[in-house]
Amino acid sequence: MPEAQAICQEPEVDFTVLDRIIFDDYGGNREAMIMMMQAIQRQYRFLPEPALQYISQAIGIPLTKIYEVATFYASFSLVPKGRHIMHVCTGTACHLKGSGGLVQHVAARMGLDGGGTTPDLKFTLETVNCLGACAVSPVVVLDDRYYPKANVGQLNRLIEQIDTE
Amino acid sequence: MATAPRAAAAPSYAKKFACAGELEQYRQALIERTDPAAPRILVCCGTGCKAVGSLDLLEAMKGAVSAAGAQVRVMPEIKRTGCHGFCSRGPLMSFQPENLFYQRVQPADAEEIVRETILGGKRVQKFLYTPPGSKEPIATVDEIPFFAKQTKLVLKRVGRIDPFDINDALVHGAYKGLVKALTEMTPAQVIEEIKTSRLRGRGGGGFPAGVKWESCAKQPGRHYIICNGDEGDPGAFMDASVMEGDPHAVIEGMAIAAYAIGSDRGFFYVRFEYPLAVQTLTRAIRQAEEMGLIGENVLGTRFTFKVSISTGAGAFVCGESSALMSSLEGKVGRPRPKYIRSTERGFRDSPSNLNNVETYANVPEIILRGGAWYTGIGTERSTGTKVFSLTGNVHNVGLVEVPMGSSLREIVYGIGGGIPNRKELKAVQTGGPSGGCIPIPKKFLDINVGFGRLAEIGSMMGSGGMIVMDENTCMVEVSRYFISFLVGESCGQCAPCREGLTRMKEILTRITRGEGRPGDVELLEEIGTFTNSFSLCGLGTSSANPVLSTIRYFREEYDAHIRDKKCPSGVCKPLFYYEIDPATCTGCGLCRVKCPAKAIAGEKKKPHTIHQDLCIKCMECYKNCKFTSIRIM
Ligand SMILES: Cc1cc2nc3c(=O)[nH]c(=O)nc-3n(C[C@H](O)[C@H](O)[C@H](O)COP(=O)(O)O)c2cc1C
Ligand code: FES
Repeated sequence: MPEAQAICQEPEVDFTVLDRIIFDDYGGNREAMIMMMQAIQRQYRFLPEPALQYISQAIGIPLTKIYEVATFYASFSLVPKGRHIMHVCTGTACHLKGSGGLVQHVAARMGLDGGGTTPDLKFTLETVNCLGACAVSPVVVLDDRYYPKANVGQLNRLIEQIDTE
Repeated sequence: MATAPRAAAAPSYAKKFACAGELEQYRQALIERTDPAAPRILVCCGTGCKAVGSLDLLEAMKGAVSAAGAQVRVMPEIKRTGCHGFCSRGPLMSFQPENLFYQRVQPADAEEIVRETILGGKRVQKFLYTPPGSKEPIATVDEIPFFAKQTKLVLKRVGRIDPFDINDALVHGAYKGLVKALTEMTPAQVIEEIKTSRLRGRGGGGFPAGVKWESCAKQPGRHYIICNGDEGDPGAFMDASVMEGDPHAVIEGMAIAAYAIGSDRGFFYVRFEYPLAVQTLTRAIRQAEEMGLIGENVLGTRFTFKVSISTGAGAFVCGESSALMSSLEGKVGRPRPKYIRSTERGFRDSPSNLNNVETYANVPEIILRGGAWYTGIGTERSTGTKVFSLTGNVHNVGLVEVPMGSSLREIVYGIGGGIPNRKELKAVQTGGPSGGCIPIPKKFLDINVGFGRLAEIGSMMGSGGMIVMDENTCMVEVSRYFISFLVGESCGQCAPCREGLTRMKEILTRITRGEGRPGDVELLEEIGTFTNSFSLCGLGTSSANPVLSTIRYFREEYDAHIRDKKCPSGVCKPLFYYEIDPATCTGCGLCRVKCPAKAIAGEKKKPHTIHQDLCIKCMECYKNCKFTSIRIM
C-alpha cells in the first residue's frame, strides 16, 4: 500500500509558517479556510494532520468540518504527493484527442491504478478537467511545465528521465 | 498545479481621483500621450499561447529589439496581451497599426522578425496565415475569416490591451460605463437599462439579468455581488480568457451592478486551475482601487465597493450558485433546494446577486450605449453576442464571439474553417457535461444558436463550450465520458443524482467494453429520465442529457456496440482493431516509426502489417498515415 508507507513520512510542520498563513495572510478569517488550506498544501504538497489540527484550534472550526472540506474538494490531498507531479488533462477537448489513453499508459508504466503516487514518493499522476489550453490538446503538465499535443512516445521519454534520477 | 506567483509591483498613482472629471482628464492625457501611428507589437500570452511558449517569445522579441538598438528608427512597444482567440495557431503576434498577423512564431524566430519585418519592413511569408485548402497567405487580421466573421463586444479589448496595465484599459474606454452610471443615472435607471437590453445570464441558465438585479435590490439588509468565474465545464475557456485578457471589464460590470443593487462588497470566485486569471484580477483590483475606481467613495461619490478574490478548490458543483456561496463561506459546496432564492438569502444568508463573468462584462457597453442599442444585436429572445470556445475536431480552435442566433454552419465552417483531415462532421456538443450532442449533418447545421432553440432539440446553451466531433468520435463513449465526469462531481447528497449517475456509468462502461445486453438502452432511458426529474440541483436535473441526447440521435451506435460488439468509430478499444490496407499502403514506414509499441513491421516500399498482440490502439498510426491506409475493423 503506497498510502500507508507515505503517512510514515510526515514532515515537520513549522507552526510559524502556519501562523503567517492563517493570521498574516488571511486574518484568521474562517471564510478563508479553503484558501488557507490551499496555501498549506502548496507548502507541504499535501495537508499534514498536525497542520489541520492547528487550523482547527486557531480559527475555532471543528476538525471534522475541516476534514469534510479536505475530502470534498478534489485539489486537496491528505497523503503526500510525489516529487514530480504529472497532470493529464481529461477535459472534453483533450479526451477527444485521446488523453484517456495517455492516463492509462502512464499509470500502467508507473504501476499505479489509474492515478496516485508511487511508493517511493517520486511521482504522482493526476487528472484535471480542462486547463484552458484546449487548442493544443491533449495537454500534459509535468511539474508546472506544459507539454502541448502530448503523445505516448513523448511521455515515455519524460518518464524515463524521472526513472533515471 | 501552477501557483500564482506574486505579481510585480504595479506603478502607483499619486492619488485617488476625487471626481469623474479628474478621471476623464487623466484618460484624455493618456490618449494624447499615445500616438495611434506608433508601432506596437502585441504578443498573445493567453493560456493557450502560453502553453506553447509565448512568454519565451515575448522575452525573445524584447531582447531582439533592444539588441538591434539604434538601427531601429522608431522603437516599437512590445505588449503582452490576453488571448487573441486563434489558439490553434499559437504563438501569435500582431503588428500595429497595420494589423499584420504572424502565427506559429517560435522564440528562435525573434531575430529574423526584427531583421526582416521591423528593420526591413517586409512580411515574412512563413509566418503568415494560410487558410486550409488555400495557397494564398493572408497578411492582416481584418482579412482572416476567423476574425472578420466575428462580432466583438465582450472581447473587444481582449488581446488588444495589456491586462496588467490599467492605463491601457483606460485608453481603450474602461470605466466609462461606471462613470456614466454614477454621474448620470439613479440605481433604478441602471436596472431599467439592463432590463431594456434583455441581457440574459451567460452562465448557462439564461435568466434575465435585469430581473435578477431588481429582485435582489428590493431585499432589505446588506447586499453582496458575486462573480461566478468557476467555469467548470471541461473544454470551455471563455471566462478564463475574459478574466485574463480584460479584467477591468468584469470589475466595472460588477461595480455597476453593485451601484444598481445597493451593495458595497463584491467577490470573485475563480477556479484554482486558472492561476493566470487570479494573477491578472489581483493586479487589476489593486490598480482600480489605487485610482479610486473601486473601494471607498468611488470617484468622490458616496458609492463604496470593495472587491476580493476567492479561489475554488476543484469541485464542478461549486459553479452552481448556492454551492458557490457556501464555498465562499469556506465550507463544502453542497447545493440547496431552489425554493430558497439567493437573491433573498444567499451568501452569509443575505441577499446576493450572482452573475457569470461574461454577463458582467456585457454591462458597461449596455450602460454606455443603452439597452435599446443592445437589443439590435442577436435575436428577439436572446439579445447580444455570445462567446464560444470552439474546440475539438475543427481547424480553427479558439475563442469566437458571434451575435446570438448565428447558425452552427457559420460558426463551425465560416469561422472554424471546417473539419480537418477530410473527415466528416458528426456532432456538435454544447452545454458542457449537462448539455447534449447535436447530430450533424442530419438536420441541424442551420440551427440558430440561442437559448430557446438549443433546449428544444435536447441540448442547451450552457456557458459556451462548443465541441466539434468528427466521424472518429464514439457517441456511446462520449456519453460514458460525461456521466463518469458527473459521477466524480456529484456532491452525493440526493439519491437520484448519486445513484442514477452511478448506475448509468456502470451500464455505459459495460457497453463500451463489449458487455452490453439487450434492454440496456431502455434501462438507461428510464434511469436517465428519473434522474433528470427528481434530483435536487441543476447538476442532477440535467445530468442525463448526454445519455438521452445520444440515444435520441445515435441509437444505431448503441446497437452496434450492444448487438454487434463493434465500435464503428474506432474508440472503444475492445471493440475494434486496426488493419493496414495492403492495396493503398505505400510502405513509407511512417507508422512503423511513430508506433510507440513497436507493433508495426514491414519492408520499405512494401505494405506493412500490424502485430495485433502488441498494438495498444493508441491511434498514432491512424493519425499519421498520409494515405488513409489504416482501417478500423
Ligand atoms: C452544476 C452546475 C454548474 C455550474 N457551473 C457554472 C459555471 O462554471 N460558471 C457559471 O457562470 N455558471 C455556472 N452554473 C450556473 C450558475 O448556477 C448560475 O446560474 C449562473 O452563474 C448565474 O449567472 P448568470 O445569470 O449570469 O448566468 C452552474 C450551474 C450548475 C447547476
Ligand atoms: S480540455 Fe484539456 S485543456 Fe481544455
